[in-house]
This record gives sequence, structure tokens and C-alpha cells, in this order.
Amino acid sequence: MSDTTTKDKKEEFVEYLKDKTNKGLGQSALMPALHKAQEAFGYISKEAVEEISCHLNIPSAYVWGVATFYHYFSLKPRGKYIISACLGTACYVRGGKRILTKIKEELEIEMGETTEDKMFTLEAKFCLGCCGLSPVMMINEKVYGELTTAKVSQILKELKEDGKSAD
Amino acid sequence: MKRLINISVDNKPYSVEEGQPIMQALDSLGFHIPRLCYHPKLSIEGACRVCIVEVEGIDNYVTSCIYPVTEGMKIRTNTHQIRRARRDIVELMLDNHPEDCHICEREGNCELQRLANSVGIRKRHFEGEKKSYEKDFSSSSIIRDPNKCLLCGRCVRLCREIQGVAAIDYTHRGFHSVVMTAYDIPLRDSVCTACGQCINVCPTAALVEKSYTQELFEELSHEKKLKVVQFAPAVRATIGEAFGLEPGRDLEKELVAALRRLGFDVVFDTQFGADLTIMEESAELLERLTNGGVLPMITSCSSAWVKYLEQFYPEIIPHVSTCKSPMGMLGAIIKAYYAKKRGVKPEDILSVAVMPCTAKKSEAEREELKVNGTRTVDIVVTTREIAWMIKSAGIDLLNIKGEEFDHPLGFSSGAATVFGVTGGVMEAALRTAYEVYVGETLVDIEFSDLRGFEGIREASVEMGDKDVRVAVAHGLGNAHNLLEIVKKDPLRYQFIEIMACAGGCIGGGGQPYAGSNYISLDEKLLAKRANVLYGLDRGKTIRRSHENPDIQRLYKEFLGRPVGPLSHKLLHTHYKEKFPRGVILRERPREGVRE
Repeated sequence: MSDTTTKDKKEEFVEYLKDKTNKGLGQSALMPALHKAQEAFGYISKEAVEEISCHLNIPSAYVWGVATFYHYFSLKPRGKYIISACLGTACYVRGGKRILTKIKEELEIEMGETTEDKMFTLEAKFCLGCCGLSPVMMINEKVYGELTTAKVSQILKELKEDGKSAD
Repeated sequence: MKRLINISVDNKPYSVEEGQPIMQALDSLGFHIPRLCYHPKLSIEGACRVCIVEVEGIDNYVTSCIYPVTEGMKIRTNTHQIRRARRDIVELMLDNHPEDCHICEREGNCELQRLANSVGIRKRHFEGEKKSYEKDFSSSSIIRDPNKCLLCGRCVRLCREIQGVAAIDYTHRGFHSVVMTAYDIPLRDSVCTACGQCINVCPTAALVEKSYTQELFEELSHEKKLKVVQFAPAVRATIGEAFGLEPGRDLEKELVAALRRLGFDVVFDTQFGADLTIMEESAELLERLTNGGVLPMITSCSSAWVKYLEQFYPEIIPHVSTCKSPMGMLGAIIKAYYAKKRGVKPEDILSVAVMPCTAKKSEAEREELKVNGTRTVDIVVTTREIAWMIKSAGIDLLNIKGEEFDHPLGFSSGAATVFGVTGGVMEAALRTAYEVYVGETLVDIEFSDLRGFEGIREASVEMGDKDVRVAVAHGLGNAHNLLEIVKKDPLRYQFIEIMACAGGCIGGGGQPYAGSNYISLDEKLLAKRANVLYGLDRGKTIRRSHENPDIQRLYKEFLGRPVGPLSHKLLHTHYKEKFPRGVILRERPREGVRE
């Protein structure tokens, strides 16, 4: 992600907040604003909380309280690719744990962590709703089914190369 | 009067006013249901569930603090089942609380202990995971220990509703819930004003003042240093409470004697500093009034108010008096004037202040208050801390023979005494400003409009050709309300007094805990404390600061004139915008102690 796009996103976010303020919305705009921040920056940054606090006129401690309450909001920067490894019952009995271990080994991160190059974030999910394809994982919006450890290596290798060339 | 309805409590019929919560109805009938998160001056949260009762026809126990009484309601308060449920609720809190009562800062004056006792916990049934967090020692005034927090949320509500600061809030959820600042930044770097009101409403020691008692005991054993102490007006009015006395006893002379026995060589009165503040502040006011200066002028004695100003309202800094607080002024005079008079180097003086206040600890550290690069007050301890020190040193405060302050910084007027109550600085300033400006004696020197505990009070004083309109606010939420009035109507007042704490310094964050018979922030308690100071004022022959002969001598011998060059160097300061900026809540906080 280059600096200009980050700057654009920040400006867009501030514009979004100003619009809410102009419509006379205060606290009621908090949840949508947090969603917007996560969507724009991938996580709820301190800067985003400060912007929300000052534009919507909500104390930052309160905004922080709401952001930390919901597990949906991530408080740390996340990778370009969010890997959701399924640990639901079906995937589990068909080797989901093995798949997860493989991902951890390949990326050298633990659950909930992000790789140093900010490429991958690993999260666990409990049933992604496609048990017929188990064991499965999702990377961003795409589902990968009937996984084997070899398949995992291959997918991650391809994404690593894609990620690098995109930069 | 509201309509009366019939209810039954524990199978006996009663009639109570409709529309109120069950708890209040029961209180009026003499049933005191155990409670924890409830505080009469704060919004009702219903978080702790300690105050549950049984209501016929409702399957679950209801929280009496929030559930309204209705016609025909059958309430049971003390059945075996409800007692067991309450006991379990409190026991679960105990289970997640450190078991260190014997070394805890609350010294047994703990609401959780009293609650555990009142619900009859004699045996512990649960043993589970305990939370574990780092304590926050960053602030010079307040220590935050989340391990002792019961999540009752009184501090959160107080900080937001009474003070309008909202420095802390609930974060995370479930077992991991914790009250913290935004991003868990150190309290020192947050919008916290260090007022310490959260300490006064905390039921445990999750929030306590940063204690300097050990340092002070150590310093007091230095033989070479000249140990000088001052104490604030409000301290004499409340210290008895820490020794088990009913609120409302003056222990000024006993405290002077006790401080000498504790090892201080010289005992001065912060009230002398207050008289000095009045000389400077009233001169500054008259200068602003006559030379077209920035008006309204706002007082600057309250350190938590000054921090609030710098973080929430930096745009009104020019309105605030440049006068240091009485503690700051006396500290400067001790190190600059008294040191010379006594023939000691300023660095060989240990300057200590006993304050009703936690924010004064932070104030004493401010760079801009230093004189010639050294601090003018080296250590600040609160009323609670000095009470502990006196007890710890085995000094019998209650039976000691009273002694007088030392000269030449120990004599004060009645005007200085009332500084400790909301409206007092205003009253004291008007007594002097009137007489200096008009040149006549002010006949009625007690300004009844400015007394009492209404959140905002105003008065109008005819000073010769000028009609001076003044206003007083106590509690930062009320200060906020008053400042918003001023923003809309800038010419409405010429002089404003702001105190950060409800009731003024008598309700300060360093004052003795209210204990079991009184409630913090409550007017009954505040009035008893205020009456001590009003009584002391009335008992004095000199009740105006400019008539204090020692003040007159200080100006003649040393300072020259009020707001003169030397005053500027020693007694005045400046403020600057600080970060993070606080959010000024658009929905106005509650009216503080106003019902």
C-alpha cells in the first residue's frame, strides 16, 4: 500500500465523519464509523479512534471501550490476506487442525498474529458453512476446500508471489 | 406531591409514592437493601446486582435500584433464597479480588468488606481464575489498580457525569472487562485532571492517591534540613473524620501541634497564601475591570480545573487569572522570602503541603511554577495521608493540646478560611476588591447568594460606579455548563470562580473517605464541613485579606505592591494548551450536586 492511497483513505474517512456530523449524528454514528474504519484501514487504529472521537464528539475512552467490546474489530494492523482457518466440527474431524498447523509453520505466526511483512493474518473460525468441502479455509473472500498440507503450501506460495508482484 | 400507592414488603402493607425505584421506596420505609454500584449522585447502572429483591409474579430477582414500584407490588427483601443469591453475587466478586485486606490502602474503610460482612459471607465456596493487570503508577496523583476493581462503574459515571471529563471507561468484555483510559495509555498522558473524585466514589482501593508518606517520613529524619509545612483550610475541617469523629469538627490547632510532633520545624498556614492570593487576584481583577482587560476573569486556585482548562478549553486561557494557587504562592514565599529571613539556603528547606487534593501533587511538579529552577513545594500529601502518618507515628491528635501557627506566615484572615468552600474565593476576593476600589468598608461581608451547593450560583455586587456580576461553579461538569453560558453570552459576568470538586476543597479528592454513615458528594456531608470554615471565619476579628497585618508587612518589606514586578516573578504563572485534547460533551453533564 503506497503512502498516497493511505492518505486518500484517511481523507475519505474524515469526510465520512464530517458528513455524519453535518447530519447531526453523534453517538448513533459510532458503530457505522468503526465499521468504516476497519474497512478502510483493516483495523481500528488509534488515529481512527481520535478522528471518530473529535468529529462525533464522543470521549475517546468510550470509543475505545466500544471498539474493544466487539471481537469483530481488530485493534492491530492486519495483513493483506486474512486467512480464516476453519476449526468447525466437520473440518476438525477431517484434519482441520493439521491444516492449521501447516499454515502456522509456513507463515511462522501463531493464531491471531500477522506476518512481519504485513502480508498474512491468521484467524480461526468455527464453521464457515461449507462442510461438504472440509477441511476448508477462507482467504479474504475466497474459499479453498478439500485441503491437504501440500495444497496449503502451494496456495500460500502463489499468494506470496502475487503479493510481492502487486507491490 | 405524588400519588401514593400500596405495596407489601415482607408481607406487611405500606404506602409509598409511585414512580420511584423500589430501592428508594424501601429506603423511605427504613429498609436499607445492600448495594454497590448505586450512588445517589450518579445515573443508575444496575450493574452489580447486589440490590436484588424478590417481586411476586416476576420469575427473576429484580435490581431494586432501577425497577419502579407499582400498585399492589409484593416485595420480599430478606427471604432465605434472596439472601443466598446476594451472598453468592458478592462472593463471586470477592473471588476475583486480591485477598490483601491487611495491607490494603483502604485501611479497613472498605465498602466491599462492609458489604461482604453485611450479606453474611463467612466461608468461601468459589475458587476460580483471578484477573491480573499491571497497576498504573504514571500519574503523580492517582494510582489505578484494575485488580481491585469490581466494575461497579462509579468512577466511570462520576468522571463523565459529574466532571464531564470521561478519562476512563469500561473496555473489553466478560471476564476481561477492565476500566481503563483510551488505548490503556498511562493516566498521566490521558485527559485525567487528577481531581481524585474517582477515589472518593471507589468502593475499594482500585483507585487511590499516589502516596508520598514514606518519602516524607524519610525526609523528616534529615537533621540538616529546615522542615516547613503548610496545610490548606479544608484539611482542618475534615481531618477529625479520619480519626472517627463526626464530620464538622475543627482541629486546626491540634493539627498544628501534631505536625510539630511529627518532626516539622515550622508550621505555616496555606490560608496566609490564600490572603496573598486575594491581594494579587483582586488587584488583577480591578486592573482588568478598569483597563479593559479580558473579562470575565476566572479563578485559578483549583489545580484540576487548571488542567481541565488546558486540555478542554485552551481558547479561554486569557480569561484565567495568572495567580498561582495559595499553596504555590506560599511555597514561593517560603523559599524566596522566609529562607532569606531565616538565613537558610532555599535548597536546605523541605517545603511540604498538606492538601485536601490529589491534583495538588501534580501541580507541585509543574515546571513553570519553579522559582530559580527549584520546586517551591517539595512534597504534597493529602488529608488521608497525613492522618495515616499521625496515627502511624503514635500521635494522639484528638487529645493533644492545640498550638498556634508560626510567624510570619501563619496568621490569616477569615476571608482565607472560606477559600476551602465553593464560592469562598469569590467571597474573599469581593471583600477586598470592593474596599480597595470603593474605598469604603463593606458592611455585609457574607455573600449568601454565593453560598450553598447549587451547581452554578450567581450574584451581583455594586462597586461604586460598577455593577460587577459574578458566578460560581463547583464540579467540572458545572464549570463546563457555566463556560457554555459564557460562550453564548460573553458579557454576562465579570468574575467567575471555578472549583473542580463538588463543594470545593472540602469535597476534594484527598479528603477522608465518607465512611458508612455518609455518602461522598452528598450535601449533608459537605454542609457539615463547610460550616466549620464559615464558623472559623465568623470567629475572627480580621475577616478581610488586605487587613491581615502580616500580609501588609510582607508587601512593605519584600513584595512592594500587588501585581508588581516581584509578585509577577514569584506569585504568577501562565498556562498553555495541552494534549490530548478533551472532548467537550455536547449533551451537558448532570448538574453535579444539584438535585
